[in-house]
Amino acid sequence: MIATRELTKNFSHVVALDSLTIDVGAGVTGLVGANGAGKSTLIKILLGLLPATSGSASVLDLQVGRQDTEIRSRVGYMPEHDCLPPDVSATELIVHLARISGLPPDAARERSADILRHVGLAEERYRPIGGYSTGMRQRVKLAQAIVHDPELVFLDEPTNGLDPLGRDDMLALIRRIGTEFGIAALVTSHLLGELERISDNIVVVDAGRLLRASSTAEFTQMTGVLTVEVQDPSGGPNPRDRLGKALAGRGLQVVQDGSVLRIEIEDESTYDSVRDLVAELGMGLVRLEQTRHRIEDIFIADANAQGVPDGDPA
Amino acid sequence: MAIQPEPEARRSVIHDIGYRKYDGIRLGEAYTWRTLYELGVKHCYGIGRAARFKVLPMMLLTIMMIPALVIVGVQVIVSDVAAQVLPYSRYSIIMQLIISVFVAVQAPALISRDLRYRLLTLYLARPLRLDTYVYARLAALATGLFILTGLPLLVLYVGTLLSGSSPASETTDLLGALGGAAILSIVLASIAAVVSATTTRRGFAIAAIITTLIVSYTVVATIQGIADERGNTEVAGYAGMFSPFTLVDGIQVSLFNTEASTPAGPPGTVGGLIFIAFAILIVLVCVGVLLWRYRKVAGR
Repeated sequence: MIATRELTKNFSHVVALDSLTIDVGAGVTGLVGANGAGKSTLIKILLGLLPATSGSASVLDLQVGRQDTEIRSRVGYMPEHDCLPPDVSATELIVHLARISGLPPDAARERSADILRHVGLAEERYRPIGGYSTGMRQRVKLAQAIVHDPELVFLDEPTNGLDPLGRDDMLALIRRIGTEFGIAALVTSHLLGELERISDNIVVVDAGRLLRASSTAEFTQMTGVLTVEVQDPSGGPNPRDRLGKALAGRGLQVVQDGSVLRIEIEDESTYDSVRDLVAELGMGLVRLEQTRHRIEDIFIADANAQGVPDGDPA
Repeated sequence: MAIQPEPEARRSVIHDIGYRKYDGIRLGEAYTWRTLYELGVKHCYGIGRAARFKVLPMMLLTIMMIPALVIVGVQVIVSDVAAQVLPYSRYSIIMQLIISVFVAVQAPALISRDLRYRLLTLYLARPLRLDTYVYARLAALATGLFILTGLPLLVLYVGTLLSGSSPASETTDLLGALGGAAILSIVLASIAAVVSATTTRRGFAIAAIITTLIVSYTVVATIQGIADERGNTEVAGYAGMFSPFTLVDGIQVSLFNTEASTPAGPPGTVGGLIFIAFAILIVLVCVGVLLWRYRKVAGR
């Protein structure tokens, strides 16, 4: 769907994109990064709204910079910032924008009604947008991005400014766009957790560089950490440390964390070792829990490995 | 088993048909241009918008028509008014205050609005090129102005014919004046669009446009008056270049042989050519500035 090669964008004082090479396929792809990581810049370049400093990019096998008009007729874009005039109704605006996308008047009206229903705007769609809540505005912005049935849609921070409930609704809607509607989506967010729930693939960028790109399943794979808490019914001293020492003796990676032990799971035998040693030492197992890696953990781990400081790179 | 469904009940069922793909035609840029242009012209008069957007433009259009209607009324009643009371070509310069207010109010409504609410981003993310957008907006504003300046001339023409004037000379005069009105509309639209595109504040744009038009005319009229009194007709003539209304009046004089509505028209053929060239230059510079300005805004 999208391919960039060594894509670079320099603003007068900032490097927004630094030799970014990524490939984005069908389905929903999450583009994760802190504010200022270059997510919006990337989308604007792909839409042909900003020229790249160097490197190349293609969208739907069309060359960015040379076939921009054709690209823009086949993709949709939901900007991060507010972009709705307050003095027209959602219906009027969406019909008009559908026509600007090239849909004949009748088709524009029909599809606008359809799409506004899909994004969940009922009677209020006839009222001026000025009176809408943030959640409704975001829905209108989403509606204008897909009203012309694009093959690919760029959604820039679609959950921005929404309350937790509105956030869930929006994420569910994006998931539907990717699956039921069959429109590929590139969704940006600075919140890693929310993209984990709806994306097929995750691309992590930081300071305009690619940190990591892989499937969401790979990011959050099962090989995780085992959290173990024990007690000694016979009242022996410090059961946690004794078990820790025994586990380390079997060559396992053990970290103490308060009253619990965290053990890197190597394979199935890790579970056996824990069970056997606890029994051998005559202890009682209070807690045995497998925690999945979360995207946050990997992001921080990758950032540390590459010497990138945590926090906002901008 | 045949079930006879009740037609009433059947009609009230709502089917969730799910998402439907669109595989109909997608029209090209000419269609997009027309869509944008037609809507722009309608919005100049608040058509298709809430009533409060119609009040001012419709009021101004009505005021524009009043002198024409009064003249026609007098001509029809007192049918022996032989000479033309008001030449077509002088109508715009007499009614310039109304025209100035109209362009000052409607240009920001059309141009600044997209910048202010950042609607421009949604336009430019579509298969519409920036140039097309700019030309469509400019053309809509010029057309809105042409309706304002041209319609009274048509009323005047019809009324004059009804009172028994010779159609041949009237038609020539009318066409010349309509040509002048068209040129005036393009020049005014270009200047007002540039001012509107530099600011997202509507009030500021309105004030700036009115000031530009009225001050330039006042300065020009003053210089022309003084120069003419001292017998310096050349200075008086060339001074007319520097206000849109007198500039276009001068062009009418040289292109359509109308009578100058200022103390002195453009001096000779050379003067006329300079006036025309200057008007073209103004429009080209304005379009250039607009394109440059929008290219800068587009990437934001």
